[in-house]
Amino acid sequence: MQERLKELQTEALEKVSQSANLKELNDIRVSYLGKKGPITEVLKGMGKLSAEERPMMGALANEVRDAITSGIEEKQKHLEEAAVHEKLAAETIDVTLPGRPVKTGNHHPLTRIIEEIEDLFIGMGYTVAEGPEVEKDYYNFEALNLPKDHPARDMQDSFYITEETLLRTQTSPVQARTMEKHDGKGPVKIICPGKVFRRDNDDATHSHQFMQIEGLVVGENIRMTDLKGTLEVFAKKLFGEDREIRMRPSFFPFTEPSVEVDVSCFKCGGKGCNICKKTGWIEILGSGMVHPNVLEMSGFDSKKYSGFAFGMGVERIAMLKYGVEDIRHFYTNDVRFLNNFQVHE
Amino acid sequence: MYVSYKWLQEYVDLSGVSPEELAEKITKSGIEVEGVETLNEGISGVVVGYVQEREQHPNADKLNKCLVDIGAEEPVQIICGAANVDKGQKVAVATVGAVLPGNFKIKKAKLRGEESHGMICSLQELGFESKLVAKEFAEGIYNFPQDTEVGLDALEQLHRDDQVLELGLTPNRADCLSMLGVAYEVAAILGREVKLPVSGVETSSEKAADYIQVTVDAKEDNPLYVAKVIKNVKIGPSPLWMQARLTAAGIRPHNNVVDITNYILLEYGQPLHAFDYDRLGSKEILVRRAKDGEEIVTLDDAKRKLTADHLVITNGENPIALAGVMGGANSEVQADTTNVLLESAYFIGGPVRKASKDHGLRSEASARYEKGVDPNRVRAAAERAAQLLAEYADGEVLEGSVEADSLSVEPAVVSVTLEKINRVLGTDLDMKYVEDLFSRLQFETATDNGTIIVTVPTRRGDITIEEDLIEEVGRLFGYDNLASTLPIGSATPGHLTPYQNKRRMVRHYLEGAGLYQAVTYSLTNELKATQYALEKREPVRLAMPMSEDRSVLRLSIIPQLLEILKYNTARQNDSLAVYETGAVFLANGSEELPEEREHLAGAVTGLWQSHLWQGEKKPVDFFVVKGILEGLFEKLGVTSAVEFRQSEKEGMHPGRTAEIYLSGTSVGFIGQTHPTVEKEYDLKETYVFELSLKAILEADVPPLQYVAIPRFPSITRDIALVVDKEKAAGELESIIKEAGGTLLKEVHVFDLYEGERMDEGKKSIAFSLKYFDPERTLTDEEVVKAHDKVLDAVKEKAGAVLRG
Ligand SMILES: [Zn+2]
Repeated sequence: MQERLKELQTEALEKVSQSANLKELNDIRVSYLGKKGPITEVLKGMGKLSAEERPMMGALANEVRDAITSGIEEKQKHLEEAAVHEKLAAETIDVTLPGRPVKTGNHHPLTRIIEEIEDLFIGMGYTVAEGPEVEKDYYNFEALNLPKDHPARDMQDSFYITEETLLRTQTSPVQARTMEKHDGKGPVKIICPGKVFRRDNDDATHSHQFMQIEGLVVGENIRMTDLKGTLEVFAKKLFGEDREIRMRPSFFPFTEPSVEVDVSCFKCGGKGCNICKKTGWIEILGSGMVHPNVLEMSGFDSKKYSGFAFGMGVERIAMLKYGVEDIRHFYTNDVRFLNNFQVHE
Repeated sequence: MYVSYKWLQEYVDLSGVSPEELAEKITKSGIEVEGVETLNEGISGVVVGYVQEREQHPNADKLNKCLVDIGAEEPVQIICGAANVDKGQKVAVATVGAVLPGNFKIKKAKLRGEESHGMICSLQELGFESKLVAKEFAEGIYNFPQDTEVGLDALEQLHRDDQVLELGLTPNRADCLSMLGVAYEVAAILGREVKLPVSGVETSSEKAADYIQVTVDAKEDNPLYVAKVIKNVKIGPSPLWMQARLTAAGIRPHNNVVDITNYILLEYGQPLHAFDYDRLGSKEILVRRAKDGEEIVTLDDAKRKLTADHLVITNGENPIALAGVMGGANSEVQADTTNVLLESAYFIGGPVRKASKDHGLRSEASARYEKGVDPNRVRAAAERAAQLLAEYADGEVLEGSVEADSLSVEPAVVSVTLEKINRVLGTDLDMKYVEDLFSRLQFETATDNGTIIVTVPTRRGDITIEEDLIEEVGRLFGYDNLASTLPIGSATPGHLTPYQNKRRMVRHYLEGAGLYQAVTYSLTNELKATQYALEKREPVRLAMPMSEDRSVLRLSIIPQLLEILKYNTARQNDSLAVYETGAVFLANGSEELPEEREHLAGAVTGLWQSHLWQGEKKPVDFFVVKGILEGLFEKLGVTSAVEFRQSEKEGMHPGRTAEIYLSGTSVGFIGQTHPTVEKEYDLKETYVFELSLKAILEADVPPLQYVAIPRFPSITRDIALVVDKEKAAGELESIIKEAGGTLLKEVHVFDLYEGERMDEGKKSIAFSLKYFDPERTLTDEEVVKAHDKVLDAVKEKAGAVLRG
């Protein structure tokens, strides 16, 4: 009897190990461990055993049952794993195929430059001021020290609507309007981006409409060295930490002294290349100390207050920074052009 | 202004300063040198030759065979094609081995069987600009004066061994429109002396006053008029050095008299005019405003109609010159002129600018008058010209000048404190240093207790206020030498306004949703300006547009976006989404500025989604674009105030357009463009929207408040309603929401069926309704009660039948 049980165990485990799937395994379970199975059959003959032998044989029978059960369980686990494995293997995909595109647009490069500059100056305590594109002659010219017969008006041929209104030729009228609103009290710290218009035929370097961004600071004791320091911060932020600036005397009616500002060439680092026309320097903006007439006209006491202003063409900055060769690209909006500016820097 | 380096040396010692170094120094201290040109660059081996013999080429009609002495042992044979070459001329010969501009090398050659050992040159071949070559040599080779020595370097004889600095002058530095002005500037930069030209001439015993009488009626326009009379001039070419200086400055040589007036214009910055005295037709000069309708034929043979805005020089009766702009043909100096009336005058800029602008005539003279000349040089220039006319035209200068003088010139006296100079510049200069700077500029100074008082010479009319003095100090001190600081003082908070902030969000949102930001022109043509306007108004029109396509300001952005889609579609990008934020312009009457409203517009065409290798393609439709806007309204917190109403609009699909309302006011529209528009622009199905950005960004939105997550379960009821096909889902939704009361928290459409299983003219819309109370669990009765109200309402107000 004892031997028969051992035999059954060996036989069952042998079958378990040879079973190929869960169904076979289940059949083995039923045939060996079921009520009509051989173990039960063997145990039926227990009545013939002595009282000492019975518990011993009972324990052995349980041992055999347990061994077969755990054999089956182990095998079952194994088979299940294999089944999963097989299923997953069948589900294999080619991970190198392209993903579902998430199509996003992006900022126009001019907005990109403007926001970069705005954010830099906001960080330095400036606010962003905006004004109308159609301006009064007064704000566009007269309040900026350009009376009606001023020779410099030649320099900026304009689109007039009536004798007194025109498309602004610069964003400076926003400065005049902002100063006026301040009612003679400083400090004023603004940055003014916007569209401006000049009577130019559109070609690779001219556009009848373009963007400007100007800055203005008015306060007590604003110095020219402050202008220089501010523009240095600006140049480094926009064109790289290694940049230097150079101020050259110039002339603008609304500033005195006036300077043009060059940044050391970011392409060649100052050694001279095509971008900087072999000079090592690239002109990027005009600036100066606010002309006392402009301060006075906007209600500031020029004895007490001083200020600086600077302004630049956004297209020019973008063309330099990104290497764009034709200003018309900014207004054609070719998606192949726009898509160049997806990358977030 | 073009400045000859060699000429400049006559006034300032430039030793040790190369033209390039000089250019750099001038640029750094205020006047941009835009270029330095070497006049004889790339030219060598050109000598003065003498044409000993000339005969026609035996085998070519148009060629000449010349025997030319070039200062070598033997004369050489040269074949020359110029029509004006002849025996006895002194010419410029590019000898064998010579190099001409463009790296053109001269070699021995055979032309139609005859040997040619070099080339006889025109000035153009020697690098002269055609427009600067004197008329007599414009069509052929150049002839040197007969006394020129054979064999010498021809370029040196032409004074081309020189460099020219091109100054880019800003309008305030009109003083540098003269060699003397540049000399003062350069002297100040280098800290050297200025040597002024010396004038002085023996005059005849006759008096100018016996020959001419000068009257100025228009004293305000012409405060000083100086006339001199020079008799018995011999018209001929001016000396080569003078021609060379004029050419270097960009002025074409004519004859000695005209060249001398131009030379003085360059040297002193004072325009002069020479009249043929005998052609004046009177012994009188009268300066007055022209009469309306009066006419003059100017030197360029153009007849010009004058008005009272123009100033003229007359002979007492008729105009003989347009003052400060151009002389008249009737009194022009010609080859037979013997007596010259020389005019040196101080004209005010206004009338000169007007005349120059009205007649499209910009001359060297008018450019200088417009910017202002130095009143103190009027007489000196006349004297110097008289001297040169005596010297180079054999003229006899009559004694004295005849003047009409109502001018009072006081040099400006401007003062500034040292403290202010240092405060504005951020420097720490001492008085001695500042005084030194002004003495380098040859400005007289005095100091008084920390104030420097500067007497500004009249040549520097640009200096009138203390800031101008500060600029002089700053630029000569050198901006490179300034420290870098940042403004000090009370801190100001830097920030965007809520509007600016939201506008940035709108951009980021739309870009995240797949739209590219576009920037387009505000100016457009009349049709496009108004085509999709939210509000019909007359567009704002330019007074003088450059073209019809840029003549009015836009009332809508959509047409420009369609233009972008068209452009890209034509370049194989027919699926594209763009948006723009920008102003549109609403006229407000001619006195007022137009109202500028910021709009947001978008346009989407072609495929909205495509996943190529999975074969998925979904074209854009109305609900794609509407969904984008709904998402935007959600971000702006205005969803509950927004309503889309079916509407019709010109240029839009009549069945697929909605007007968008915000709190009951129309703020824009959305829809498909009309198929005829799509055809016109060559577009696939295209959807657009345009909204008043201002309206949606400035809408009243309650401050953000957290709403607790519901702790009690909600109950959902779905209903399918059969209604007339025309019934709008939005209307049903409103009815449901109203009837559902406070317990009904969410309603949304989840199915639409319009198929054949429906009765004719009917459709079925299914809604999902969610009821809950944040404070407690709802009872069944409560929900049933609320839901029954909903069912009653849709039946009563919309004729809806619950679908079985
Ligand atoms: Zn470079």
